[in-house]
Amino acid sequence: MSLWTLIVQRDLRIAWRRRSDALSSLFFFIIVVSLFPLGVGPEPGTLRLMASGVLWVAALLATLLSLGRLFAADHLDGTLEQMLLAEEPLWLVVAAKVCAHWLTSGLPLVLLSPLMGLQFGLQAEEIAVLTGALLLGTPVLSLIGAIGAALTVGLRAGSVLLALLVLPLYIPVLVFGAAASGAHASGLAVTPHFSILGALLLASIALAPWTAALALRISME
Amino acid sequence: MSAINWFKYSSPHSFYPLAGRMVPWFLGAAALFGITGLYVAFFVAPTDFQQGESYRIIFIHVPAAWMSMFIYLVMAGWAGAGLVFNTRLSGMMARALAPTGAMFTFLALWTGALWGKPTWGTWWVWDARLTSELILLFLYIGFLSLTAAIEDDRRADRAGAVLALVGVVNIPIIYFSVVWWNTLHQGASVSLKSAPKMATTMLLGMLLLAVAFWLYSLAAAMLRVRSIIREREPRAAAED
Repeated sequence: MSLWTLIVQRDLRIAWRRRSDALSSLFFFIIVVSLFPLGVGPEPGTLRLMASGVLWVAALLATLLSLGRLFAADHLDGTLEQMLLAEEPLWLVVAAKVCAHWLTSGLPLVLLSPLMGLQFGLQAEEIAVLTGALLLGTPVLSLIGAIGAALTVGLRAGSVLLALLVLPLYIPVLVFGAAASGAHASGLAVTPHFSILGALLLASIALAPWTAALALRISME
Repeated sequence: MSAINWFKYSSPHSFYPLAGRMVPWFLGAAALFGITGLYVAFFVAPTDFQQGESYRIIFIHVPAAWMSMFIYLVMAGWAGAGLVFNTRLSGMMARALAPTGAMFTFLALWTGALWGKPTWGTWWVWDARLTSELILLFLYIGFLSLTAAIEDDRRADRAGAVLALVGVVNIPIIYFSVVWWNTLHQGASVSLKSAPKMATTMLLGMLLLAVAFWLYSLAAAMLRVRSIIREREPRAAAED
């Protein structure tokens, strides 16, 4: 367990010292979300209808933007190689790094989403559903993204490639996350959607760190 | 009783000449089945009483859609074998199959659009099947661009293999999510599920063309794998 806290602490400290990185993807999220009313028009009915979809797509893109940082710095200064050589299982290292990544990129999005929901004229209950779905969904984005980040570590066209690899795999999270708000709007139960998001989260916790560790070994050999 | 050496043709060295010998046979058989299938499609199969002649694109559309999914599965199978047995040829086969798979996925989408316009009045609907076929195309493109971006061939093969396997695990989830999404939004007014029962000759034409596409894919993969071997291991190719 000490390894886990050690890596999470280390990554959080690094993120804190390079605050502008995390902040810029957060502002990217805010700007993308704010662009939609400008593009679509200020009609309150339309905006409320598309709020959850817009926030989800923006969260996907913002996560994607920060994924490149997951292994890149460690790869450049050789830390990643030491992690591969370490006695501790690599998947645990990856899981800890993903956890730190979510704390610095996913969690701020979740905390900010109620505010963005207000921009779109959502009611309190709608905001609660949206934020809850994002809370369950954004860790999945970090976990699946780690596989893509591990596969593209050290590649020239890494960041564009990462988007091509990861975005199709994000579709289920997007569908079920946004559908939770849709179900709430049409008076249906939201619990099935939350259950599926939870199932996706558990499945990716079980499989993604292991797969990303395998991908890292392939990329670094 | 001599044991069969299952791994004999798993080395590029012995597979290269075998692939070369198989290509003309597969191509010839593909042409034979293709011509017979097209004859059945255009001259034997009856005109549909609802859709008229425009339905005949089904003979290309459905086999292409079948092949697009089947090739992804075969590709992921080779990818898995490559990771488990660490054989060079498996990665080559996976990469040789991918462009053909992507081509059939594109063909299925394209013919689907051409078919949709006269029958539904629209080029595209966000139907669950159409959407998941589009996502399949994205997965193929991801595989192709990842393997193309990595210069070291072995790393490219293995990284592509991981991606193909992740894709295969995700395909059922994606399909399920898209079906759910579609029923929740009630977007598509036309359902593909209520297709009328087919005449036997129609089914025959489709099966013939599916076999033709399958043989063509084999031939294309063999040709491409030969090029890959020639590029990476010139010595294996030189002795042929």
